[in-house]
Amino acid sequence: MGTEEITTILSSTLRLTAPLAFAACGEYLAERAGTQNISVEGMMLGGAFGSVAVASATGSATTGLLAGAIVGLVVGWLHGNLSHRVQINTFVVGLVLNALVLGLTSFLIAISQFDAHQTAQLSIPGLRDVPILGSFFEQRWPMYTLLLIVPLTWWLVERSRWGLNLRAVADNPQAADVTGLKVNKLRRQALLYCGVLSGLGGAYLATAEVGTFNANMTAGRGFIVIAAVIFGAWRLKGTLIGCLVFGFADALRLALPALGFQLNSQLLVAAPYLMALLAMMLFASKSREPRALGKPFVRGIT
Amino acid sequence: MSEHANGSAAMARESRRKLPNIAELMRPSGRGMQVTLITIVAVAIAVGLSMILVSATGGSPIDAAKALYTGSVADVAAWSETLKAAAPLLLVALGACISNRAGVFNIGQEGQLLLGAAAGAYVALHLALPGPIVVLLSLLAGAAAGGIWSGASAVMNYTRGVNIVVSTLLMSFIAIQVVSFSVSVPWLLQAPRASADSIASPESAQLPEAVRLMGFGQYPNLEIGGGLVIALILTIVLAVLLGRSRWGFRLNMLGLNPMAARHAGVRASYLGGSALFLSGAFAGLAGAVILSGSVFRLQPALSNNFGWDGLLVALIARSRPIAAIPVALLFGALRSGSSFLASTGVPNYLVDVVQSLLVLAFVVPPVLARVRSRGRAEATTPPSEPVPAATTEPEKVTA
Repeated sequence: MGTEEITTILSSTLRLTAPLAFAACGEYLAERAGTQNISVEGMMLGGAFGSVAVASATGSATTGLLAGAIVGLVVGWLHGNLSHRVQINTFVVGLVLNALVLGLTSFLIAISQFDAHQTAQLSIPGLRDVPILGSFFEQRWPMYTLLLIVPLTWWLVERSRWGLNLRAVADNPQAADVTGLKVNKLRRQALLYCGVLSGLGGAYLATAEVGTFNANMTAGRGFIVIAAVIFGAWRLKGTLIGCLVFGFADALRLALPALGFQLNSQLLVAAPYLMALLAMMLFASKSREPRALGKPFVRGIT
Repeated sequence: MSEHANGSAAMARESRRKLPNIAELMRPSGRGMQVTLITIVAVAIAVGLSMILVSATGGSPIDAAKALYTGSVADVAAWSETLKAAAPLLLVALGACISNRAGVFNIGQEGQLLLGAAAGAYVALHLALPGPIVVLLSLLAGAAAGGIWSGASAVMNYTRGVNIVVSTLLMSFIAIQVVSFSVSVPWLLQAPRASADSIASPESAQLPEAVRLMGFGQYPNLEIGGGLVIALILTIVLAVLLGRSRWGFRLNMLGLNPMAARHAGVRASYLGGSALFLSGAFAGLAGAVILSGSVFRLQPALSNNFGWDGLLVALIARSRPIAAIPVALLFGALRSGSSFLASTGVPNYLVDVVQSLLVLAFVVPPVLARVRSRGRAEATTPPSEPVPAATTEPEKVTA
């Protein structure tokens, strides 16, 4: 395997990781606030559809990206209200929202035609000529926003007052409530952040990488994102490493046949899920997850 | 907390308030009229939204509704299709009823169903026994495979603390790959190639006539599949067991109040684990029924969202087996009607939208009513007093 193949694999790893990384930052924050949000899939898919529709209407892929984030926000808003205001079980909400977005986008794409629009490539002169690592510096420009979003997410969760409140709400909602924090409101806010970033992830996939929208184009990536958060044991660094691992497995699956390796493609597709399960069994069990993760908060005596 | 911990009733009330879990929202809520009214309004809104969606995208809602009607219940042939689709939905829903009641939320039915179909196909294609015995064994193998797949999630949960929702979901993606693998290698399930130079397709050989699930009655065109009969019998059995047996009582107790259940000597790992196993077994059985009752060939696309939709059926039915029958019929009708939608120019994905809106229309009202009444109770009772149990959950295990 020469440097050219390595470069190809590295660059496609990056391309496949980026949409996951966007959504993973959002999901990470939502889970640190105590919502196990399985509607990321729907947020990403909705974001992908919204971005392509708006990009086609306005002719601008950048506007499309923003629209994707807004669609994600709407899904997050719905999820937050249904699970933390009406207080339906969060998994039920996620399940229904995923099904709703999948049905809605498939329905709409079947009767509409969108032009393809792609965001511009941004290459950094000089650095892009570096062998092997050069591919890092020749990507669609929205990928570079990750360089802002990742530190921002880390700062929000670990350093800001809001993040402190979120973490308190996830670990001990009763105590947080007593100190005057609005538990369900904070969780709804976290879901909004998650919606924006997941929508952006889907929009990135659609407008930066693929250029068009196909029915169910996220194809389970949202669930991979959840797996990545678990894989990373609810730490941002681990979550991003999880995304990289999954992106790499995906890139290998695409690249190996071309390189003449005969590896079982089904095994490669299943590998990320197997790894996530293994990771959960080995070290991400009860000890690391937010203590009230996935448990609804109802005000009252305990 | 200690001042309330005297007596199990107070205990029960406390932990219920702390963990209003999935089983709680499955129960009939008791504020009958109010909930019924809101539900009717919500269903009307759901249907209205769907019609607006159709007309906003240039279709005709009347034509779409007509097509759905023609394809689902207009004549006996359509009824046959509806019933055929309803059987696996009902089976999956029954399994979901069991696990939801126990408070373990299985969302991996899609994978469990596929594996059930794969195991059923393997038995049906490789066993040389009299036809009916093979059919029976293939159904049992399907149930076993589905059960083992969800049972693995149970083991992971009760030994290593792995979240059941997440693990059943991930296992379902693995199952899809397992099945896709099994139909891509000749030594497992892939159909032999038609000729030496044809490309082998990723599906199993067709089930011979003798090992297919027989239908009951071929009344002028009305086909009643064996799967439906099995599903209906199991519904009644399960309804009785859940409502009348000690097992059903303990299952409810575990779901409604894990803490009280533990005090009453219920072992969550055994009871919850077996509930998860059973729910997977029902999904696997549904897969085997689809295989030997209508598709006759193992294909990766065989599951066709039956797993997801079956779970939605259970959600609407609030985990009550008898209530799942009409809901499964409704979903079956939507499914069979969707094939007629295409002729009107309305994409059949509309049915998916309608289904999810319907779920919301049925799930939201009772929860909303409960939250509202709790809000009122909190406003009227002094803060030091716990909210009377009757207003939060009128129909209880004491019934």
